[in-house]
Amino acid sequence: MSGTKHPGRPQDGRSERLSGPWLTRASTIRGLWWAGSLILVLVTLADLVVLRHHAVVPVAGTFGFYSWYGLATCAAMVLVAKALGAALKRKDGYYEP
Amino acid sequence: MSHSLPPALALFIAAALLPFCRPGSLIRGVALLLAPALALTAVWTLPDGELLAFDYLGFHLVPLRVDALSRLFATIFTIMAFAGALFALNQPRTTELAAAFVYAGSAVGVALAGDLITVLIFWELMAVASALLIWSARTPAAFRASLRYLMIHLLGGMVLMVGILTYVTQTGSVAFNAMRPDGVATWLIMIGFLINAGAPPLSAWLPDAYPEASWSGTVFLSAFTTKTAVYTLLRGFPGAEILVFVGIYMILYGIIYALLENDMRRILAYSIVNQVGFMVTGIGIGTDMALNGAAAHAFAHIIYKALLLMSAGSVLLMTGRRKCSELGGLFQSMPLTTVCGIVGALAISAFPLTSGFVTKSMINQAAGDQHLAIAWLLLTAGSAGVFLHAGIKFPWFVFFQKDSGLRPPDPPWNMRAAMVLFAVLCIAIGVVPGPLYAILPYPVDYHPYTPGHVLELLQLLLFSGLAFFLLLPLMKRTPTITLDFDWIYRKVLPAALAAIYAIGAPVDRMLRRSMRGLVGRLTAQVSRHYGPAGAVARTLTAGNMAVWVVLMLAGYLIAYFISR
Repeated sequence: MSGTKHPGRPQDGRSERLSGPWLTRASTIRGLWWAGSLILVLVTLADLVVLRHHAVVPVAGTFGFYSWYGLATCAAMVLVAKALGAALKRKDGYYEP
Repeated sequence: MSHSLPPALALFIAAALLPFCRPGSLIRGVALLLAPALALTAVWTLPDGELLAFDYLGFHLVPLRVDALSRLFATIFTIMAFAGALFALNQPRTTELAAAFVYAGSAVGVALAGDLITVLIFWELMAVASALLIWSARTPAAFRASLRYLMIHLLGGMVLMVGILTYVTQTGSVAFNAMRPDGVATWLIMIGFLINAGAPPLSAWLPDAYPEASWSGTVFLSAFTTKTAVYTLLRGFPGAEILVFVGIYMILYGIIYALLENDMRRILAYSIVNQVGFMVTGIGIGTDMALNGAAAHAFAHIIYKALLLMSAGSVLLMTGRRKCSELGGLFQSMPLTTVCGIVGALAISAFPLTSGFVTKSMINQAAGDQHLAIAWLLLTAGSAGVFLHAGIKFPWFVFFQKDSGLRPPDPPWNMRAAMVLFAVLCIAIGVVPGPLYAILPYPVDYHPYTPGHVLELLQLLLFSGLAFFLLLPLMKRTPTITLDFDWIYRKVLPAALAAIYAIGAPVDRMLRRSMRGLVGRLTAQVSRHYGPAGAVARTLTAGNMAVWVVLMLAGYLIAYFISR
């Protein structure tokens, strides 16, 4: 735990990438992407060996259904939010009297 | 009979005593922690049945009725009051804590109410206490938000009251049991319940008001109003099909709006609507599995949502900031808050080994069992979306992302203890769901930990995480808010009133001027005839008249005597 009690000075993001805490280093982030990608491939391939429930809808029985359905629906939700935001976003003080 | 003392009483008594305890004193701390503990003990020592009942004005009132469903909710409400009080031990504002205890006590009161009149009384008490709780933040924004909040809840309370009065007139009974939405009365009752659940179109009251409360106030707020609504819907309208549609709308609404949001606690407020959506959908499906799922999910939700808001409250207290665009990198100096926030985020996302996994799955399973294909697909998409908008977005933008340069330490011990307590519960329920399943309203035959189910959830959530990081550039935080239905009553209605005034004022002025002229002329006429100098008011005329009358009478007398 840090000893400082109050907000400190903003630090230079670039130099921190190389030296700062372990989690913020560029090499760590690269490693996390690799590890993450590997896990994604493995959980999808696990479909081949793990016994699944009967599919509620036929499409749910396709290979890696939950993987691509999760990715596709999340992408869709982000895009819908983005489109809706274009119309409905207002500056923070919009309702201020 | 000491057995039938209402558990809420302990909370009400503590609320009444709190103003007499000095902030920071030992006695205050003891009162804050002992009252919820006593209430919880009372809930579990009460036997099943109608424990307090009397006839009043011809109605059979049952202020205290216990069964599995009411005990489940009273249990989690009192646990919540305990953890909330522990978290708020260092909150100096006594009004807030007293309001929170009245609020919690009223929620327990609703859960244990056996008749609709008792439900209504506690319902209104909840609205007032929670508005006071928001007010206690003592900022102008909180005051305005609390008034809007109160307005919506008094409207909801009125709809509920009209519904209950109509229902009682029609059926002659005030008993609170399962109903069907098949007439005006039951529809109004259901709408009254749904307004408190954050259902459309009035969902905006929740993200509008909750984030304006203090760092500890929002923690209490997250638990009671929406979950008593879930309880009353579970009790009153199990299997009402419309709720499936309402619930799924709430799920998607919560995700989309949370994705656009910048205020960390408003993100979590939208996600309350989202999570209650899952419960409402479950109630609409209405099978034993679905109702168990909705009840269990409400139980788990109170814990992980309070945990998330505790971690957000800690950040707010320690940094004074609430916007994602001003936060980031806090994991470096607030490790415990970060870990607890992540546990809450994983639990809300229904990650295996957390509470959300063993509860929400029951609702999805029920949709599948009933072959509700579209509902099931949307629930599954919703589950992925939860990870997106709350599971990753909240911890990522608050504790990681860019370095904001802020280095606040973890919050004081009591706040850390409350977070650890709820984080442990999130994981304990997820790892050992048996004890929770045992207190659900219906017998449970559900095994969440099959390899297939675990794998499905892992695929769904991990790929949802991938979508988040791939689309991160699209989710750059902006210092903005998103318009919602409250725009109607915060902008359109005031503007409409202003327009009516702008048109109406000159017309009103003209009308008043001409009316004043008319009245003036009329009074002038009246005063001309009846005034001191008016013809009618002349005393001369009256004098003349008297003379003439005397003369006539005299003439009459003379004529009379002559004729004799």
